[in-house]
Amino acid sequence: MKKLFAITLPLAAIGLVVAPILILRSPNEVTMGFIQKIFYFHVPCAITDFIAIYVCGIASVIYLIKRSPRADAVALSAAELAVLFGACTLVTGSLWGRKAWGVWWQWEVRLTSYALCEMVFIAYLLVRRYGGPGARGLAAGLALFGCADVPLIYWSVNKWSYLHPPPTVVMTLDPAMRAAFWVSFATIILLFITLLGARMRLERQRMQVDELFMSAAEAGLED
Amino acid sequence: MLRQAWLVLWKDLVVEWRTREIFSTMLFFAVMVVLIFSFAFLAEGRASGDAQSGILWTATAFAGTLGLGRAADRERDGDAMRALLLSPAPRAALYLGKLAAIVIFMTLAEVVVLLLGGILLHANLSEHLGIVAGLFALGTLGYASVGALFALMLGRSRSRDVLLAVILYPIIVPVIIAGSKGTSALLEDIPATADAMFWLKFLVAFDAIFLTLSLWAFEPLLVERG
Repeated sequence: MKKLFAITLPLAAIGLVVAPILILRSPNEVTMGFIQKIFYFHVPCAITDFIAIYVCGIASVIYLIKRSPRADAVALSAAELAVLFGACTLVTGSLWGRKAWGVWWQWEVRLTSYALCEMVFIAYLLVRRYGGPGARGLAAGLALFGCADVPLIYWSVNKWSYLHPPPTVVMTLDPAMRAAFWVSFATIILLFITLLGARMRLERQRMQVDELFMSAAEAGLED
Repeated sequence: MLRQAWLVLWKDLVVEWRTREIFSTMLFFAVMVVLIFSFAFLAEGRASGDAQSGILWTATAFAGTLGLGRAADRERDGDAMRALLLSPAPRAALYLGKLAAIVIFMTLAEVVVLLLGGILLHANLSEHLGIVAGLFALGTLGYASVGALFALMLGRSRSRDVLLAVILYPIIVPVIIAGSKGTSALLEDIPATADAMFWLKFLVAFDAIFLTLSLWAFEPLLVERG
């Protein structure tokens, strides 16, 4: 874990310094103007949210099959990050919408889908917090069903969707904007990996402390 | 396996026939939801097609949560769930039996809700009764397939009633979207049957995915429940 931090943390820190400079230097988009620069933060956050959701889902399946505490720690950490990056996606999307469409919220496909996915993973954290005995398994089940739900949520919301820029926009990006976008994207991904690793480490340590308390209680050393 | 599932279903039906608890409370609650929403959405004695379908599906979802909670509580009373698990019946049979019972209770309540919707909201659903029945049947199956699983798993949790809604509603959002949009498509001045058929197929896909997942997840989640 320390080796991972040694690589990702400095790179993420460099990215956090370099990315804003590249974003400022990149040309303004013709129709949107300066507000388009939200794109460099919004899209990487949205993709990272998606990655966090599926990391949580896959770790939950592994937990349900193998009962591995490590997989459980990964799932919990990824769920918290899914909520974090989901919130960033929604806030930046809303800011974009205010400028582009004149309203803070628009019932368009991707924003609505992300809001619903956000609710699934907030529910995950609520279950972990208040679920009592068996909360880990319940939350793992919820994450599994939540992941299966993501394409269906998108599909159902898409049926009455409009307004969002097409998802192919990244592929057809102006060459002058590409460097800013990909550096921002790499920075957010590195940040995600760093935070995931740190949160997993914290969760593992918390589990070890719990085990020590249990052992002490069994040995009659709780006082 | 089907025989054991039938036995679990039969047990639930017999208990319900004797008490009529789940059906009567679900029905009462669903009717109250329809009435309350009618007060909110009626304009000049009529509600729009979107509002009509929204009211019907909201009533179904809310009443379903009530039924799911009570059906699971029955298995908690006297630790009946543990007794069921100790039986040699396959786990999938237990799940399918409970699921079938919940689907039947919800369907009975929905029939009354739809009749009430027709009368109170002037919702003309009789022209495309087959598609409406399909939407509600598939929607109920999808809703109950997820709901039955989590309601049973929440058995020992102190805040199970709250957590059931917390877990269930975000997952079944596609069912509510599909059901309400499909129904409202049929309630337009010129019914959009093609749209309704799209949502019907969508519900088939949802049910297939979530029923399969529930059957798989029942065993590992039961282990966690202990």
